[in-house]
Amino acid sequence: MWRRSPSFILDERRSSNSPPMADTTRGPFQNPDSISAYYQTRAAHHGVITSDWLAQAQAAVGGVTGEDQPLSSDNQLGTEKSFNVIEEFNNWRKQPDLAEAVAAIRALAAVIRASEASTMMELEIELKKASDTLKSWDKTSISLTAGCDLFIRYVTRTSALEYEDFNSAKSRLLERAEKFGEISCKARRIIAMLSQDFIFDGCTILVHGLSRVVLEILKTAAQNNKLFRVLCTEGRPDGTGVLLSSELSKLDIPVKLLLDSAVAYSMDEVDMVFFGADGVVESGGIINMMGTYQIALVAHSMNKPVYVAAESYKFARLYPLDQKDMAPALRPIEFGVKIPTKVEVERSARDYTPPQYLTLLFTDLGVLSPSVVSDELIQLYL
Amino acid sequence: MDTRRGALAVPKVRRVGFFTSIEPPPESSQRPNRSQSGPVEATTSSSPLSNSPSGNLISPVLIPPSRHHSDNLTSRVAAAAAAPVPVPGPAAFRRYVAHDRSLLHVGSYNPPDSLLGTSTPSSNGEFSEDSASLFGFQRSDSTKLSASFPNGGFDLTLAVRAPQESETKITTASASEGKKKIAEVSGKSESVTTKPQKEKEPKAPKDKTTKAERRAIQEAQRAAKAAAKGEGNRRADESGRANPGKTAKKPQPKKERLPVTSSVSEKTAVAVEKEKRMDVPQTLMQYDDRSRVDKAKRRAVVEQTESKNKVELFLHLPQYERGNQLPNLSSNFFTLDSIHHAVYKVGLQHLAGDISGDNARCIAMLQAFQEAIEDYITPPMKDLTMDLTTKINGYVSFLIECRPLSMSMGNAIRFLKNQIRKLPVNLSESEAKSSLCSDIGRFIDEKIILADKAIVQHAVTKIRDGEVLLTYGFSCVVEMILLYAHEIGKKFRVVIVDSRPNLEGQKLLRRLVTRGLDCTYTHINAISYIMREATRVFLGASSIFSNGTLYARVGTACIAMVANAFSVPVIVCCEAYKFHERVLLDSICSNELGDPDAVANIPSFRTNAKHSKTIDNNKNLQFLNLMYDSTPSEYISMIVSDYGMIPPTSIPVIVREYRREHLLL
Repeated sequence: MWRRSPSFILDERRSSNSPPMADTTRGPFQNPDSISAYYQTRAAHHGVITSDWLAQAQAAVGGVTGEDQPLSSDNQLGTEKSFNVIEEFNNWRKQPDLAEAVAAIRALAAVIRASEASTMMELEIELKKASDTLKSWDKTSISLTAGCDLFIRYVTRTSALEYEDFNSAKSRLLERAEKFGEISCKARRIIAMLSQDFIFDGCTILVHGLSRVVLEILKTAAQNNKLFRVLCTEGRPDGTGVLLSSELSKLDIPVKLLLDSAVAYSMDEVDMVFFGADGVVESGGIINMMGTYQIALVAHSMNKPVYVAAESYKFARLYPLDQKDMAPALRPIEFGVKIPTKVEVERSARDYTPPQYLTLLFTDLGVLSPSVVSDELIQLYL
Repeated sequence: MDTRRGALAVPKVRRVGFFTSIEPPPESSQRPNRSQSGPVEATTSSSPLSNSPSGNLISPVLIPPSRHHSDNLTSRVAAAAAAPVPVPGPAAFRRYVAHDRSLLHVGSYNPPDSLLGTSTPSSNGEFSEDSASLFGFQRSDSTKLSASFPNGGFDLTLAVRAPQESETKITTASASEGKKKIAEVSGKSESVTTKPQKEKEPKAPKDKTTKAERRAIQEAQRAAKAAAKGEGNRRADESGRANPGKTAKKPQPKKERLPVTSSVSEKTAVAVEKEKRMDVPQTLMQYDDRSRVDKAKRRAVVEQTESKNKVELFLHLPQYERGNQLPNLSSNFFTLDSIHHAVYKVGLQHLAGDISGDNARCIAMLQAFQEAIEDYITPPMKDLTMDLTTKINGYVSFLIECRPLSMSMGNAIRFLKNQIRKLPVNLSESEAKSSLCSDIGRFIDEKIILADKAIVQHAVTKIRDGEVLLTYGFSCVVEMILLYAHEIGKKFRVVIVDSRPNLEGQKLLRRLVTRGLDCTYTHINAISYIMREATRVFLGASSIFSNGTLYARVGTACIAMVANAFSVPVIVCCEAYKFHERVLLDSICSNELGDPDAVANIPSFRTNAKHSKTIDNNKNLQFLNLMYDSTPSEYISMIVSDYGMIPPTSIPVIVREYRREHLLL
């Protein structure tokens, strides 16, 4: 079976960096790569998530830190500050267990810390600029954008800011930034705890994609001595299911690997379906790895509950109406055989699942029905 | 007497569908016979199950026999309700309720004699709504009713005459032809003879214990009825024989007493009503509520004549004959005192239909108020807050007379009244006036004009190149979106779906085509064909309720449902000031009736003399020109408001979070 190794990803990134593709629409801030940075990050994370690859990944990180610098120096408009943001972000991003959004939050907190601004307004503008740089670095990543937005909202929405002198206000901002980072880090634990009530003994869980939250949930359930079985979809071409099943088998959870096309075949033995999410959109639907939508459809038509585990920093102010209504995240797909040049290949890495096919969302805000997402977003943003 | 228990014991039957005014058979024929064990008579063509007299109405439901007289009343009512053919909907109930109070003192109904305790009108409340209302209705004089319900009049007398024939007028139009003649012949004697029958009702409790007696009376009545069926004219005598000696003596003394009690109750009711109105602004007036309508009419500036031939289900909505008030009103223009001329002008424009579209109407109204407030001078010894509020109330009721307010206008008025109430006491008159005017101006700017701009910005992001956008009717926000998208160079095509009788889509078509947009124009009949091409549906809205129900131009629901069937996303564009915290379930409760002639006026139809004869003054033909309909939230993919793009489930959040701010602005 074809498996992607972390070094392979890094090699590819290096190689694709050097010859810039003839894409005229690309802005100066955009990640100069036809493969979406979102996908790269995910692939990198998938690579390093298994513990036996951890060391290797860490080693690779050391060698690569210099690699992203030319990438970010592409932005001619980028000031010293924005350059730092990306670098900081990439440093955090290399941490295997840290979500992209949390890395961004950490990087933005670092911006506040390093800022030499003397007024509140200046600081805010600086922060805004930094988050814009981050967002434009990877426009395809939803959680990155959402995390940045939420951070700015959370940090700057303190009434105390107006009265205090600048230094204390700044420390207050930092405090809030730290707190937000902490909350985001804890989110996964909270979700795992919340979801335990839904996993009962003897149930069969279908999992699609390699989500760290879902893995955490299953791990916690196993630690709580729950008896359950997991069906993993293969998740071509990234082999996410293969990775997940090897992780689960280490925890002595009975696991079965299926082809992506065997979902409907085995759905009748499934009790519930678990997904992670790249982003939760305003309608309450989710954007997730390709294949989520069709599994949700199958589950819905067979009346199986579909649960989504997502941290609240993935809530994004997006409202896709259909599949094509979002920025496509493209990825390379290997078919193992030579494809004639005339044949088109669908390269999108993710799809959108409308809310009516989801049962519940497990978030660190609690267990929500899809329609509540919008309520939370309205309260946060308006 | 435990009237409530009786009401509870009876299974309530929900009535649905269209119906004409059918009321339960008269009291005489309705004598409670819960214990009747005699053979079912030939006249009762109903199933043998229903041994209650209401079995005359074909009743599929067996009403369990009950012990009390009141029980029987209610059960009878319920049985009548269960009759399959005449199925009055909720609107009818409302109508009955409305009439209940006003009609209590009319006719020969004699409360003190009643064992039911209904003699004091307050105990009416003991009944379930349905039974109470029907109860009151039965007692009312049938002739009186026939006067109040133009097309129900004959039905009423018929129902009294031959209850077993009480089928809807609509369905058995031909059958009613014959009956009508009978009714006309004995119309006069009818009103006399029914009275004694009713008189007997209050007496009934006295002989409650003697079953046999009651049965005897019942039999007699049945016989009378059977005779009546055979021969209408003779029936009067028969029924007179059935309950002899009770004619015309009692009504006189009792008539004196009744109005007193009822007027007291009316007063308290009015007080309660007033309080309610204070709490809940803009309660919809039910136009089948005679007393309130009459009262409103006395105060009315506009002399509207109600249409004669209304659809039963929509009797609670105002419908006036068009085209005759305008000259009258415009001649009044220089003699009016209570209404400010700016408001008067706007009212006339609403009436004539010169201003249409919710936003335009709302802006015109607010600007008129602005002008009126500028010209306002507080009378001596009066408080500006109080006096201005009453003034505004007067203006509003005038505007309502001209045309029912839209939800958005209601919201705007609520905002204005709040502003007036919140005025600091120490403000001088000129300051207060200028502050109010600037508030109104700000409302127009922020809530309507800027909101539209925000909506356009949001909605344009959902238009991609190569799309086919479908829109229905005319919505100024949708027009702005389409024009703006065209301006910024998006390549798309527009399908405009239109419908009779307003053909508002033509206005949109004209405007879009002159700006160089690629348009297709079609009527709603072709919607299922044209929906194949569409990739997005953009709809305007009159209001969105907190359960996500969209209230918009009639036909919108059809478009949304077809779009849903073709899985085309439906995008509704609506300013947030049109959101309403009420919940709407159907299109019946709150709606607006347009000019029925507009529906009837079909060119090819009119020219044909034969057809025009069938249309004009045909009692069996009613035209329904609904202005709005409601679309359930599940057919809406997205709502674009000034707060961004939100799902319809989030309307209550916006309403809750921003109501305070909305009122404060």
